[in-house]
Amino acid sequence: MNVVEASGLGKRYSRTWALRECTLEIPAGQVAALVGPNGAGKTTLLNLAVGLTVPSAGAITVLGGRAGSPAALDGIAFVAQDTPLYKSLSVADMLYVTRSLNRRFDQPYARARLDELGIPLKRKAGKLSGGQQAQLALTLALARRPRLLVLDEPVAALDPVARHDFMATVLAAAAADGVSVLLSSHVLTELERVAGFLVLISRGEVQLAGQVGDLLAAHGQPSLEELAMAYLRQTTPEVTR
Amino acid sequence: MTARAMPARPDSEGDASLRPVPWRRMAGLTWRQHRIALVGVAVLLGALAVYLWTAGTSLHHAWAATIACHPATSPACQSLADAFNASATSHVMGDKGPGGVLLQVVPALIGAFAGAPVLARELETGTFRYAWTQGFARWRWALAKLVLLAVVLAAATAAFGALVSWYYQPDFAAGNQALGLHQNSPLATLFSLREITLPAWTLAALTIGALAGMLLRRVVPAIAATLAAYAALAIATAGLLREHYLTPLVTSNPTPPGTAWIISQWWTKDGRFAFGGNPPIDLLNQFCSAPPTGQGQNPPFGTFAQCLAPHGYTQWTSYQPATRLWPFQWIEGGWLLALSALLIAATIWLVHRRAA
Repeated sequence: MNVVEASGLGKRYSRTWALRECTLEIPAGQVAALVGPNGAGKTTLLNLAVGLTVPSAGAITVLGGRAGSPAALDGIAFVAQDTPLYKSLSVADMLYVTRSLNRRFDQPYARARLDELGIPLKRKAGKLSGGQQAQLALTLALARRPRLLVLDEPVAALDPVARHDFMATVLAAAAADGVSVLLSSHVLTELERVAGFLVLISRGEVQLAGQVGDLLAAHGQPSLEELAMAYLRQTTPEVTR
Repeated sequence: MTARAMPARPDSEGDASLRPVPWRRMAGLTWRQHRIALVGVAVLLGALAVYLWTAGTSLHHAWAATIACHPATSPACQSLADAFNASATSHVMGDKGPGGVLLQVVPALIGAFAGAPVLARELETGTFRYAWTQGFARWRWALAKLVLLAVVLAAATAAFGALVSWYYQPDFAAGNQALGLHQNSPLATLFSLREITLPAWTLAALTIGALAGMLLRRVVPAIAATLAAYAALAIATAGLLREHYLTPLVTSNPTPPGTAWIISQWWTKDGRFAFGGNPPIDLLNQFCSAPPTGQGQNPPFGTFAQCLAPHGYTQWTSYQPATRLWPFQWIEGGWLLALSALLIAATIWLVHRRAA
């Protein structure tokens, strides 16, 4: 089963195509990494998957439903770039708001996790550290008990410790509950340990997609990082020199 | 590491039984997100209400003493009436005070500070990417928020409008009511501050704010646009639209009722239109031997008609009688409510359609 299926998918902003001719199948039960330089179209693809953007061409289905449909959104938890939260609300209010907006919300899980992380319920979300805000957003997402967790550049703004803790939480959820994960990142080293499936995207087009093991074998590259670098050098020479 | 396993996800909650998240859940959420704006409105209306209540009580007492006094022509009663007239016209909310104009700002402030940020803040801070990807469909989210805010604010302003009406009761009873319009000025009108029009204008301002926020996507420009759009709509309504709600009555009686809202006046001679407004000065010099008042000052109604009537001139007046106050209230309330519904629908459609 695939969590995301796109065919001929494209998104155009006025004259420029942010994404085009994207045909893709992302299998369930894995951590899929969306890799590419800034402006490659990663966020556009994720926004299309969660229904924040409508396609200019083609179609995309998520969890068997049209992207953005209530059925699809019921099974998706999305943590957007820079983890937007209502900064003036307390942590407890953020839990309340998220619980109110969803059919499922695992309140005991959320409370226990925030307790472990030492995030006080009465603190305003805007007063938390960057790492704590990211962890709060992730906790809210996981407490929805999604089938697919979508993360847009989740660790880009975090320090190394917070980055490690964040990814550990994601991996634990993926392992324990079978949550499929789709995350975008330009931090390649972080993905080495976690990604089972790779989508390489550059200049609005999917360059490469497949199981990491298969891709490494087929291209004779020792690591995901070198595979990605080799491809990105080919397609975007101006970025990497 | 603080990794915690989650309990297995029950399969019985599968897609087959996908029922929408109940609407009622939006109540607590809307309160938590907009309590600062709602408390601000409560404080504003509360402070104004306390003032109207205290000032209104003394006004009512003065009026009650005036009408209870017998005989009305006695010097004691005259001085009571004078005292009432003085307090009714001189205070802040009276005919000559700025209160009526200041209260016009109430719906505008509510629209700007409670309505405009509803969507603009989400779009400006990026939280729409959180709110619109939850299980609660985003058009339902927007509809529930706007309707909840609209109902609460309409109820509060309707109560406040009733207090405004109560406050001016002695004024109206004393015959100062011209369809609720103080001196027919488009700005200083009490008409839009009554228990039907005030909530209707508040809804219009709120929904203008919501749509402006959705279109402009930033809080401060949305607030400015809301104030500008509200002011334009209010001035155009008071100055151009309101007088046409019902066809004006026309009379050749040179002294129409004192409470009437005079729309226009014109003259005919031998059944044909002669001129509009006041008679030309040479005509007055010719027929009215002694002009009753100094130039540049409007004489009482009917003074020109007396001296011009023998020469075949008839004065016509079109006016809205004061008995039309409530029909006019309902007409204005009705179209504003329809406009608000339309603006909410447009906003929801944009939320549903918007491509990030």
